[in-house]
Amino acid sequence: MNSSTNMPARYSHVAIALHWLVAVGIFCAIPLGLYMADLKLSPTKLQLYAYHKWLGISILILVVIRTLWRVTHRPPALPASMSVKQQKLAHGIAHGMYLLMFLVPLTGWLMSSAFGKPVVMFGVLPLPDLIGVDEQVGKFFEEAHEVCNYIFCTLISLHILASLKHHFMERDGILARMLPFLEKGKS
Amino acid sequence: MRRLILASLAGFALLPLAVSASEFSVVQPGKSSIVFVSKQMGVPSEGRFNKFAAQIAFDPARPELGRAQIDVDLASIDAGSSDANEEVKGKDWFNTREFPAAKFVASSLKSLGGGRYEAAGKMTIKGKTRDVVAPFSARVDGNAVVLDGSIPILRLQYGVGAGAWSDTATVADDVQVRFRLTLSAAPPLKK
Repeated sequence: MNSSTNMPARYSHVAIALHWLVAVGIFCAIPLGLYMADLKLSPTKLQLYAYHKWLGISILILVVIRTLWRVTHRPPALPASMSVKQQKLAHGIAHGMYLLMFLVPLTGWLMSSAFGKPVVMFGVLPLPDLIGVDEQVGKFFEEAHEVCNYIFCTLISLHILASLKHHFMERDGILARMLPFLEKGKS
Repeated sequence: MRRLILASLAGFALLPLAVSASEFSVVQPGKSSIVFVSKQMGVPSEGRFNKFAAQIAFDPARPELGRAQIDVDLASIDAGSSDANEEVKGKDWFNTREFPAAKFVASSLKSLGGGRYEAAGKMTIKGKTRDVVAPFSARVDGNAVVLDGSIPILRLQYGVGAGAWSDTATVADDVQVRFRLTLSAAPPLKK
């Protein structure tokens, strides 16, 4: 794939904003989920579960918008200095991350429904239950939610390491496409 | 002789009652349940009590003659998860070691019309007694009558969910206790 001349040099402002909003959301939701799960039952635990669910659904909504934006707006091409293999790997990881940005909140929502603890956004807006109450099904989705998160964390780590490698070792300006202030700092 | 006359008079007086009225008083445990709905962070959460004893006599045609007492074994609670079950048996909640049962005793039953009735009485939970009103419906199902109703209670009035749990923004004060009691007709007095 050759990079055509009308390809943008960096991501649109909307794409950048959505990327960082989702990133901040994920960086709050995952540690919160890990922390709250092992807490002894208390009002704090109930509050944290509610916040985690509200955050997860908010991220899911942002991810839907982000995906629609992504399929209707062309992202900048990867630098030609990257080998075909590297580009394929980068695209593979990107696709995997998009998939998990859906699977992680959806398995959480499914598990809530199956455990008979529906999601009520901000305590006022009840979301529909995706499936009926069934403890065994709930346990399955609990497991699935956890596994998806571990895979997601692995991909996020690779994503961050790769961006740092490109920025500090290859110095190909890839990180600046998502962090415009880096570009401005240079010039 | 005088006693005999009185007895027969009483017998005559009761005769129309015995013909027209049918009293239901045998609780069918398999078709009866007590569930409750509380709100946690705005999320309705249902639980149930698996063991309770109900002594009820109810005639849909003459509700005012009815009587009801329900004793609920609080340790039989199913609050949705094993850690929730352990928690609600503890001191902050029901303290089932000291207060094993909750009790409702109806002091008056009346018809509201249209198959709707109302039982007013006293609810005792955790050693505290409050007046409650329980609206319910009654419908005849074969040779049984099914009572469906709810008792709204405010948990903090009974000290249920004390300490950190008294924050009603996390667990609402209002709890709906819903009951379904299926009663079959009383066995004939003379066998």
